[in-house]
Order: sequence, then C-alpha cells, then structure tokens
Amino acid sequence: MSEMLIKNATVYDPINGVNGDLMDIAVKDGKIVDSVGNSAQTIDAGGRLVYPGGVDAHTHIAGSKVNVGRIMRPEDSRTGIKPRTAITRPYTGYTVPNVYAMGYRYAEMGYTTAFEAAIPIMKARHTHEELEEIPIIDKGGLTLFGSNWMVMDAIREDDQDRLAAYVAWGLLASRGWGVKVVNPGGGEAWGFGKNVSGLDDPVPNFEVTPRQIIRNLAEVNEKMNLPHSIHLHCNNLGVPGNYETTLASFDICKDIKSRRDRQSLHVTHVMFNSLGGNHWGDFVSKTDVIADYLNKNDFLTIDMGQMIFGSATTMTADGPVQYRNSTTFKARWGNGDVELEDVSGVTPLYYSPQVYFYGVMWAMGLELALLTKDPWKVLLTTDHPNGGPYENYPEAMTLLMSKKKREEAIAKITEKAYDRWHITGIERELDWYDIAIKTRAAHAKVLGLVEQGKGHLGTGADADIAIYDIKPDETDATIEYDKVKAGFRRSAYTIKGGEVVARDGTITATPKGRTFWVRTTVDNDGYGRMMDDLKFKFRNYYSVNMGNYMVQNEYVEHPVVLETEYQ
Amino acid sequence: MIIKDVLCPFCGCLCDDLAVKVENNKVVDIMHACKIGESKIRGHDRIKAPMMRDNKNSEFREVSYDEAINESARILANSRRPLLYGWASGLCEMMKKGVLLTEEVGGIIDNTASVCHGPSALGVHEKGLPTGTLGQFANRADVVVFWGCNPVHAHPRHMGRYSVFNKGFFTNKGRRSRKVVVFDVRKTDTANLADEYVQVNPGEDYMVLSALRAIVAGRVDVVPDTVGGISREKLVEVAETLKGAKFGIVYFGMGLTQSRGKYKNIDNAVSLVTELNAHGKHSIIPMRGHYNVTGFGNVCAWETGFVNAVDMSRGYPYYNPGETCSNDLLMREEIDAAFIIAGDAGAHFPAQSIARMGKVPVINIDPFHSATTEMANIVIPTKVSGVELEGTAYRMDGVSLRMRKLVDVDFPSDEEVLDKIIAKVREIKGASS
Repeated sequence: MSEMLIKNATVYDPINGVNGDLMDIAVKDGKIVDSVGNSAQTIDAGGRLVYPGGVDAHTHIAGSKVNVGRIMRPEDSRTGIKPRTAITRPYTGYTVPNVYAMGYRYAEMGYTTAFEAAIPIMKARHTHEELEEIPIIDKGGLTLFGSNWMVMDAIREDDQDRLAAYVAWGLLASRGWGVKVVNPGGGEAWGFGKNVSGLDDPVPNFEVTPRQIIRNLAEVNEKMNLPHSIHLHCNNLGVPGNYETTLASFDICKDIKSRRDRQSLHVTHVMFNSLGGNHWGDFVSKTDVIADYLNKNDFLTIDMGQMIFGSATTMTADGPVQYRNSTTFKARWGNGDVELEDVSGVTPLYYSPQVYFYGVMWAMGLELALLTKDPWKVLLTTDHPNGGPYENYPEAMTLLMSKKKREEAIAKITEKAYDRWHITGIERELDWYDIAIKTRAAHAKVLGLVEQGKGHLGTGADADIAIYDIKPDETDATIEYDKVKAGFRRSAYTIKGGEVVARDGTITATPKGRTFWVRTTVDNDGYGRMMDDLKFKFRNYYSVNMGNYMVQNEYVEHPVVLETEYQ
Repeated sequence: MIIKDVLCPFCGCLCDDLAVKVENNKVVDIMHACKIGESKIRGHDRIKAPMMRDNKNSEFREVSYDEAINESARILANSRRPLLYGWASGLCEMMKKGVLLTEEVGGIIDNTASVCHGPSALGVHEKGLPTGTLGQFANRADVVVFWGCNPVHAHPRHMGRYSVFNKGFFTNKGRRSRKVVVFDVRKTDTANLADEYVQVNPGEDYMVLSALRAIVAGRVDVVPDTVGGISREKLVEVAETLKGAKFGIVYFGMGLTQSRGKYKNIDNAVSLVTELNAHGKHSIIPMRGHYNVTGFGNVCAWETGFVNAVDMSRGYPYYNPGETCSNDLLMREEIDAAFIIAGDAGAHFPAQSIARMGKVPVINIDPFHSATTEMANIVIPTKVSGVELEGTAYRMDGVSLRMRKLVDVDFPSDEEVLDKIIAKVREIKGASS
C-alpha cells in the first residue's frame, strides 16, 4: 500500500476546473485519492506548478516507419547520446530516438502517456514490440483504415454493418484504440504511383471517393461507440491551396452526432493542411479561415503539428507526399507499401528559418492555436517527428505564452515570409491553465481517456503528475520564457502511477507502461459477410495466412481493454 | 496432430503456410515446405549437451549448463573487446537480450548481415529504400527483376509464393501477368525461367546500373556501345521494359552487395528505382537470407539506433562500419573473445578472421554442430527456434510474424541462456568494482 502526499502544489487541472489553487494531492496505490495516512511519502512542492502528467494524442514513436527512419539515419542516432547508467539504458537519436530515449525523454518532461498515430494492421506486431520496449509511459495507437480494400469494398457495396465488423476486427488484430484515416483513398492509388486529387476523385479500381471513406468511417465510429472520434489526416497535405480541401473535409462530419462527450472529428497536424495560394510562389497562410471555422463549430478538434526549426524526419502513411518531398528536396526516400491496406513514406528534411515557406509554416501552427478562441479545440503537437521532435514541446509552449518570444523568433526568419502570415498581428498570450489544456487535458478528452484516469487529477484518476520547477505566482511567462522553457523541459518530479520516475530531469525508475486498446462487439449479419470477404482476401491476396496475422496477447503485456458495442 | 500455419525457420521468405504432422512429440511429416525448409525443421547433427575444452585441439568434454554458462560469463566479463556475433537464425526475444549482454560487457554486437546484406544498409543510409510488403509486389508487379540473386536455389518458394508464378489481384494470370528479367554474371536456374536474361561482366554491375539510369534520364547519348558486357541496344530495350511497367520490382542479392562496388551498387540500384518512379510505380527489396536476419536489424535499430556493427565499449552505441564490423575487428586482431550465436562465423568469415578466432576463446550457442563448433572452447546447445520454441521473426520485407512451437524438448532457449549469462556477468562485474 504505497501512499504519497504532494503538499503546497499550485495545481492546474482543467478537467476539474482547478485553476492555480494551492492544494495538496494525495496518492494511494497509483491513484489519486482524497486523503492518505501520516506515514505517506511527502513531497513539498513549495508552491510550484503542478499539472496532470502530459498526454500526447498524436506522435510517431513506434513501428516500421520509425525504425526505417533510424536505419536510414545513423547521423540522427549519433546525436542525443547518453551512456547507460545503473537505471537507464543508453539514449540515442534526436528525431528518431531509440526506444529507451523515447520513453525517458517524455518522462523527463512530465509526460506520462503517448499515442502512436499510425499503425498499419499488418505491421501492428512490430509497433507493439517497440511500444513494449518504450519504458515508463502508458501507450496506445491509432489503426490505419483509410485505404484498406476491406473498407473500400464494404463502402462501395453500401454495407455499413460489414464495415463496422471489419473496423472492430482491425482494431482487435492491431490492438488499436482508434480509427486513423490518412489521405483517404490515396494510399491505394499510390499502389500504382498515383494519388487522389480531392474529396470527390474516385479511388482507381475501387470506385469510392475519399468523401465516402471519411463519411462512412465517421458514422461507423459513432455506431461503434469508440472512445476516440475518427482521426483524419486530410487529402492534399502540403499542397498550396489545400485549405479548401481541409474545410470541405470538416464539413463532411458536421452533422455527425458524437455518442460520447467529445468531438465527432479530429483533424491532425492541420498546419500542413492550411495552405493558401495556387503554388509555392504565391503560397500564404490560411489559418485565419480554419480558425474561423473552429470558432463557429463545436463538433471538431485539431492539433497543431507545430514546426520546429532544424532537423526533422518526416514519416507518414501519406506515401505520395513523401515521394514529392524526396524528389523536390533531393532527400533520401523510404517508401513502405503495405499490401491491401496502406502505404507510407519516410524522408529526412531540414527546416531552415531562412526558407520562406518553412518560416510561414512555423507561424501557421502557432496561428491555429492562437486564433482559435477555445483552447480545448487545438492540441499542442509537433506531429513528432514530422514538424520536429517532441522534446521541443516546451519551445512550442513558451511561443504560445509569450509575444516577446515570438517576436524574437520572427526576427530570425526571412522577411520573405512576413507578408504571407498572420502571426505578427496576434497579441494573445496563453496562460498556465491554457497550457495545461493544450498539453494534457484536451489530449485526454479528445482521445476518450478521461474515464481511463488520464489528463486530470480528480479522485480516482491515475496518479500521473508533473511538478515543474516554476512558481506561477512569481513567474511572468511572457518575459521569463527561457526559465519557463527550462522548467518544462525537465520536471522537478514526474510521477507515473504513484511512483517517482524522474527528478530534476533525471530518470529515477523505469516501470513498464500499459497499452490501451478497444474491443468492439458487432453482433449482426455484417460480421458474417465481413468474415467471408476477409477469408477470401486472405486466401487470394494476402501474403500472410490469416491464422498468423493478428497480434497475439504476448505482444501487449500490460493491456487495458475498453469494451464497446456496435449499435 | 497436424499443426497448421507453421512458419519455416529457413530463409527470409518466412513462409507461414506449412502444415506439420506431429505424433508423440515427434515431427513425422512436413507439408508445403521446400526441401531446405523441411531439412531445417527435421534437424541433423544436434548437439546433445554443453561441452567445454581448454585447448582448441583437444577433445570436448560434456559439462553441466551451469558450468558452461558460468565459464562463458567469466570469459565475457574479463574480456576487453568481446565480439557477440550471429543472431540471424534466432528469435527477436533473444536478440534484445543480446543487445543487453553487449552493453553489460562493453562488447561489439554484429550480425550475419555483416558478410551479406550489410552493404545494403549502407546503401539505405545514402539513398533510402522505396519498398513494400511481398504481397504488394505479388498483387501488382508486372515487371519483375532479379539482380544478383538466385531464388530457385536460395529462396526456393519465393517465385511460387510471392514473385513470379502466383496469381494476385492485378496479376490474375500469374506467370503470364509478368515480365521477368534476370541480371546475373552467370546463367542461373532463375535466369532459365526468365523472359530476359542479361549477362553482366563480373564486377561491372555498377556501370550497368549507371547506364540504365542514363537511359531512363533520356541521356542514351552518353552510353558507350557496350557496358558491362551488354550492348547499348539491349540496355535501351531493358530500360524501356522498366519504364513501361505499371509496377516494377527489383529483388537483389549478394551478387550486388558483395561484388565490386558493394554498397555503391546498392546506392546506384536504389537511385535507379527511385528515378523510375517518375514513370510508373517501382520498388526494390533485398533478398534476405536467414529467416530472421531482418529481425536483428529491426531489434538492433530500435534498441540502439543502429542496424548492426554496434560497439558498446563506450557505454553507449557507436556505429562505424569499416571499423566496427566483425571482420574489421578480427582482422585488426582487436577481438579477445568471441560469442557466436545463431550464425556460423566459422563457415563464412575470411581466413584472416578465422585465424584470429583460433587464438581467442570462442563460445558457441547453437542447437546444431557447425564450422564454428570446430573452433569453440565452449558449446551450449539450445532449443531450435520455430520448432521447439515460439517467438518473433521478421520476413525479408519487415513483416513481423510469430513462429510456432511444434514439439517440446528439455533444452533451454537462447533467451534463458542469455539471461543466466547476463546475471552471472553482473555478479562478476559487481564483485570486481
């Protein structure tokens, strides 16, 4: 019976409406409780900032494409090195850290949960092998369904029960938590080196449109009562003028009613999808239009995909984008098609503030967060490691908190960017409460993890707690942003499941994390039709036998399974 | 009892459609496997018990597992530059323990790719790798190239299951849906089954690749009359075939990785395939040998950041092929102890490396007798993975699968032996520090 008492904490817990109150937090057996006995281990926070453990709803931390990045980029693994200690294994890498650094660095920043944003079902075993090796943090993943033959065939034949049965089977097979849709239909087109050009451009050979794929998956997602909404990476990513596709994609789900207390559509790394203009020559930021839509509609959430200047390893199931990136920038190209399911690409890039379109894109992530009034609607992410590595979250946090810091950064960006963005006119500076929303509370809410005890410090929640060496009362983040950034970079204490796992940015314990996944029961004729189709496809088209395909229990050692029912 | 969906512990095809009949805990029949796979599952020359000897010229004496494990740990813990090599014919679970043991002893971990597809990894560092799963190629590829590889003998079911004779969604006429081109220095049995055999002069693959790239780029004018023994007309014809593909796939083997040019050949081949994507869809994939050599590359990469040849003597991973590969270290006579597991250095390393291995203590973990056994001081037999033990392996295309257990035996697993060695090493190092 381990007990802990954190005294004199200045707590920001937005899910419970706690806004900078000085209070004590009691912990027993890994959970937040109302009170503990006198013998509890006591930590005196001394008025310092206390947040729930950070939650990352969109990051690429495990699986085939991350490992392709490591194998392709030994120069990346040669950075960020720390030798092994009595407690920790060696750290390597910056954009593509090894599994150990992956977990340690999150924990050092006070993050305790992270969700891998793209699991191809056929390669899910690999994803879970890496997730299991990532120490400390709790994990989960989103499964790719956007270009899957089983999905497209069911949609073309207008059979939503069969589609739901397949989504349920795919989540089980991949031990996934939610439905990810990347460049819907484009993955199949990329099988022959093509792409889809917009929401109504039919997928070659399958006669369904991206619009139908998004709509059907969003409807089925709610009928399945999944904890998370569909998680969409829009078509035409990185193409000037794509903000129109993005707005039209939002509209597809406008009338879909969420069955849970959350959005009915999450659109990811929207920075890359808010581009105006007709080509890179006249490219401008259209984040104002996107933010305006968000300000007028409540069914939708997004994440920033903030760009961080410097080295990045872009990795995505959007295969055509990566071919374009590699040819445009003469960069290395890793492509990874997955039969019957999806594609992926990995390309290293370097974001320089002296290149105007990178300068504008850097501003765009911030604009989305600052122009959207409701902090719950825009999550802070870098789409690690696409916009940049997650270890730079404190940089992004302080950019949102300080206009002065933004001005300093802008001064280093080429002037060619200045008339293409909105950042210079924005006065808004986020406060401690906003940042708590954008880095933990909203992530947990968007993923449907609040009921699982994530993202807050209410009684019964997981005792995942970050204490930062920052005194909110005495610290003006709009001016002292360097100090704040340093504070967020290395927590004074990170507590995971009631155990101190990091102190002053140094790992002190490496427990194993848990993995969240969803099992949905589909109890109707659609299941039989789905199995007939699935068996046919395995017999004729898959290169793996069906009996060997699904992820076995051995690969998820500490599962947390949420059961839902299809209606 | 017939066990279905059995995975084959032979080559990188990792066929998962075998059926094995087991009676009284004995394998009595194996269905769907190739001859080599069948032979692997049946096994031969099994080592029955742990053995040790002080002098490599003397006879082995049987010892207990504890004795062999403790002595192995003592050698590794006291070594200044131990090499931990092999790993490719084992499961990912034991590879993770191998990386940990290497950290504990400050050694170098390297796998069989070092003398096989290691140069492919260097090619990937240079240019990346546009690739995919074998089913993607099976369903779509209408032009199939084998370059410096001979699957008829090395990957016997490859052409039937994945690449040439099988039917797929867009390749529903099977063999007739595909044009098959073979580049090789000799007319192999694979070449005999091709539509087009292109004979390359030994060591001149790089030039042939460069010529094809020039033609694909529209610069036939810079191509000499013959390149690598092939006429310009022939090269133009082949380039047109490649450009005309809806989906082209290049399978390449050690004819490309281990001939003159080595990793530069792979760089050039990947460049050709990348450039062909301006015309159709094109992919390229190495024909990996051992059934789980791909698994080692993956495990090593996620554990250390690097794909093989990782030196842990600094307390963190250091990778510099040319300096930290097995043969670099053996030929420089740096290695003072060798731990060989699930790979046969004795059969595949050059004489100069073998000479060094003859002078240092060699620990060999393997179910079967091999050339390495002949130069070992300690031999520890273990379970046969995928026959007597379940666990993870990666097919040549990076698809991870779980191998099945068919029969029960009393031998310990590789992982169990490694766990015990790690514990003992910690004990020895703890006592001395």
